[in-house]
Amino acid sequence: MSAIRGCKGEAAAELHVLAVDDSSVDRRLIERLLRASSYRVTTVDSGKRALELLGLGKENNTSSKGPKVNMIITDYCMPGMTGYDLLKVVKESSALREIPVVIVSSENEGAEDFLLKPLRPADVSRLRSRIDGSTS
Amino acid sequence: MEVRRLQRQYVEFASSLFREGFLDEQFSQVQQLQDETNPDFVYEVVTLFIQDSERLLSELARSIDEQPVDFVKVDAHVHQLKGSSASIGARRVKNACLAFRSSCDGNNFEGCLRCFQQVRNEYSLVKSKLESLLGLEQQIMRAGGSVPTLKC
Repeated sequence: MSAIRGCKGEAAAELHVLAVDDSSVDRRLIERLLRASSYRVTTVDSGKRALELLGLGKENNTSSKGPKVNMIITDYCMPGMTGYDLLKVVKESSALREIPVVIVSSENEGAEDFLLKPLRPADVSRLRSRIDGSTS
Repeated sequence: MEVRRLQRQYVEFASSLFREGFLDEQFSQVQQLQDETNPDFVYEVVTLFIQDSERLLSELARSIDEQPVDFVKVDAHVHQLKGSSASIGARRVKNACLAFRSSCDGNNFEGCLRCFQQVRNEYSLVKSKLESLLGLEQQIMRAGGSVPTLKC
């Protein structure tokens, strides 16, 4: 992904992704993958630290303006605050709710797939491959 | 030529690791992320895996020693170890963790203990194999060669 150009044609800042994962191995992997696509990456090891970085202190108020983050990608299963808990806090914050949040999960949790409602026909055809166990 | 000999040795050794199930496709993925801008990537990730695993195994040893055993806590540690071994492609460790979680599910202490020993053994094995693999890579590079890429 190339740098975003402003209206004057100068290169604007790269997109900044905040990656949240309690595993140091996974943090290094995701950082490498994102940087390979020219994202600027910050990794943190917990939802709590993510919120601190985003400027939400312990009081869950925007105490100080955090660095601009264009996307949050978070592990689902983490000790303490889960990815889902983090999602809820972000979406309940007027300062942060515009930031897209992606949740990643391993098969550890047992889910086959993740779909967004409302479902579309394309989603339903994805379901079939899960029943068959085949890859589409 | 020295480089060729080392490269052959590397390919044979790496292939055996894949064949015997110590490593899987995910390890190849990790290798593919190494390049000129990230020349030590595999080494970094392996190091993180080793540090993480040693910490988790100590915690597990401690948790299993408690009376009574807190199976929820044990399971949480095994879950983390399963995750990092899956991320690096350490298949046998990952599978041993899977079996371990089943014992924890059943609150089966003997099973738990057996599984813990199994996980620890598999970890020791893959650790020494990874160290040998990385050692060979180093030798190849010092001899001026490039590390062969593998298809597993």
